[in-house]
Amino acid sequence: MCRHGRPLKLPAAMDFQDSPDEAAYRAQVRLWLEAHVMEGSSKQTDEDARLQAARAWQAVKAAAGYARVSWPVEWGGGGGTPIQQIIFNQEEARYEVPSGFFGIGLGMCIPTILKFGDPGTRQRFVAPALRGEQIWCQLFSEPTAGSDLAGLRTRAVPRGNEWVINGQKVWTTGAHYSDFGLLLARSDVDAPKHAGLTMFWIDMKAPGVTIRPIHQMSGGSDFNEVYLTDVVVSDEQRLGAVGAGWQVALVTLMNERVEGAKDRGPTTEEILALTRAVPRGCACVLDDSGFRQRFARWYVQAAGLAFTRFRTLTALSRGQTPGPEASIGKLVAANRLQELASELIECQEQFGLISDPSLAALQGRVHRDYLYAPGLRIAGGTDEILKNIIAERVLGLPADIRADKGQAFKDPGR
Amino acid sequence: MNFDYSQEQQQLMREARRFLDDCCPPAHVRTVLEDCARSYDEVLWKSVADLGWLGTSIPERYGGLGLGYVELCALAEELGRVLAPIPFSSTLYFFAEALMLAGSERQCAEVLPRIARGELIGCLATSEGPGLPQGVSCSVESGRLVGTKIPVTDGDVAQIAVVLANEAGAPGLFVVELGCPAVARSVLESIDGTRGLARLSFEGAQVARLGAAGEGLRLLDRLLCRAAVPLAFEQLGGADRCLELACEHARQRYAFGRPVGSYQAIKHRLADMYVKNQLARSNAYYAAWALAAGVAELPLAAATAKLAADEAFAFAAKENIHIHGGMGFTWEADAHLYFRRARHLSLVAGSPATWSERLVEALLSGCAATGVH
Repeated sequence: MCRHGRPLKLPAAMDFQDSPDEAAYRAQVRLWLEAHVMEGSSKQTDEDARLQAARAWQAVKAAAGYARVSWPVEWGGGGGTPIQQIIFNQEEARYEVPSGFFGIGLGMCIPTILKFGDPGTRQRFVAPALRGEQIWCQLFSEPTAGSDLAGLRTRAVPRGNEWVINGQKVWTTGAHYSDFGLLLARSDVDAPKHAGLTMFWIDMKAPGVTIRPIHQMSGGSDFNEVYLTDVVVSDEQRLGAVGAGWQVALVTLMNERVEGAKDRGPTTEEILALTRAVPRGCACVLDDSGFRQRFARWYVQAAGLAFTRFRTLTALSRGQTPGPEASIGKLVAANRLQELASELIECQEQFGLISDPSLAALQGRVHRDYLYAPGLRIAGGTDEILKNIIAERVLGLPADIRADKGQAFKDPGR
Repeated sequence: MNFDYSQEQQQLMREARRFLDDCCPPAHVRTVLEDCARSYDEVLWKSVADLGWLGTSIPERYGGLGLGYVELCALAEELGRVLAPIPFSSTLYFFAEALMLAGSERQCAEVLPRIARGELIGCLATSEGPGLPQGVSCSVESGRLVGTKIPVTDGDVAQIAVVLANEAGAPGLFVVELGCPAVARSVLESIDGTRGLARLSFEGAQVARLGAAGEGLRLLDRLLCRAAVPLAFEQLGGADRCLELACEHARQRYAFGRPVGSYQAIKHRLADMYVKNQLARSNAYYAAWALAAGVAELPLAAATAKLAADEAFAFAAKENIHIHGGMGFTWEADAHLYFRRARHLSLVAGSPATWSERLVEALLSGCAATGVH
């Protein structure tokens, strides 16, 4: 339609259904999954058993090009499109398949290796990670450097063609079962804090690497402390230029935000079933209009996040890179989970006190979510850091006041 | 799969934005607010008709362009962005849509071409008082309508209305011409003075039934689902504009030696606005597709989009005033124009509480959306 003359007839474009090609791909994926899924293996509670099952499933997927559908074939991917990747994810999600060990490696570390590693390094790591043979962790946060990550203190001191690493990392997901890690360290204390960092990959089994699990408030131990004492790494393990570690880390972290926006907590159907079964007066919680309004809001958020991911994929398919707007996923998902879990416990009155999986709602999953959600709002960028990223990089607002801006890292006051 | 406007639709929006930036700046909207004798902008309405916009969703055989609902939504977003003071939603999303939903071939052929040409302003009259009563008081006997509807958006300027009324004890939808002596109209003061609002009293006005007898509530339900989608896009346009205005101000306004937008108390609120607007946009796109494709998920998609847009625009409009500080509270600043329109759009097709009920009912009746956990 235009201002002058006869308007043009325009094609409708938005389509949330499969095109014929996409439908054919989906059918092919379904057939493959039916023939190959090893169901039941994800129900293992023992971590070693789950890890073994996950490795096996990953290897089966890698052999068929499904480990990373949208990666190029030369890297062991499927050579597919981002849309094909979500079609595969949607179909895989219909099964109880083992998962959870490879996200950090394939979603964050390996993309960083692909961007900054030399051909030999890429050759060495990409395929084994895809097949689930090698697992990666990310050694970024430190006891005194969380939100202010660039203030980290782990030192990398050059010695000939090597570097000697000393320091401590914390909140390292899966360090205890990882083979390799991406390590951000300080190589120059005289430079301002962002300019004195360098990125390396390290062997988690190398001498001087000590791993201690963190006992979380949720009862589990997903994270670790990692102590680095005179760990020697070759200069070939460096990713990016000396002093350019921050730019490398930003690539890793942006991938984290795309990767981290997963659905969390009970499904819509589970919430409906659960609240229908809890009496309130002569009716049930689901009949309460106050509950319905809150529930509608959580549904709107879940749907909004799902469709926002689709929009990100459309941007990817058009060759655009997902920007900081991907930060909204974890921000919304974590807060939503916290409110939802709280309400689902509260609506049960005194019975909500019971967290025993044999009695509690959804086999205790709601209580586990309730105790895990506070950590989700912190991990991978706190609510506040994510809002800063949105405000500064998307909305173009001025940066926060930074008292240490431009100062050499070693200056007093730190 | 494709989750964005097509290039053609983006081009349509760019052209619409250029046109509206020229022809509908805030000062222009304000003239409607401040002149009690006017409740819409006749010149803008005429231009919009000349551009063909009133025929966007009307099929070609009824004199429209038959472009489709995604295009209608794209225009709605632009109209919402500039707070266009015209009876676009009453005429197209409610009145024309009611005819296309339930009208006979003859009714459509008589009325829709006149709408597409901009000769006719339509409206929908359902409310009779506060709240959501069980029954309907207006009634039709021997083809004559008796009773009062209050309030009716654009009821003061419309020539024709779709009215919910009882016939033989069962609610139905009826088309009534408003220009006859049997219809008394009085203008009502509205919280959004850039849109018309009226009381319509019917004393034996002649009506024609729309659709089958006794189907009124079911038809109205389907009609509101359809209207909710472009309304959500108007809200989205308004919400995004509020965010832009608030950001502009926060970058320029200094306090304690720094732009106020550098303080987290302000920038985090702007980030909250952005998040709500993005969730609203994603849900609105899904609903636009559901409406255009005519899929069974529409009741769920429409309720989701409407609620997301209600929340986004209400929040953006109120925080935009706050971020503008004292100036934001003045009559001269434009912030209240968005605040007023946000309130209008969150009630004209039902309150957020009502849409929450619809959303839950849609889920309970087995509706499910693609890809939602």
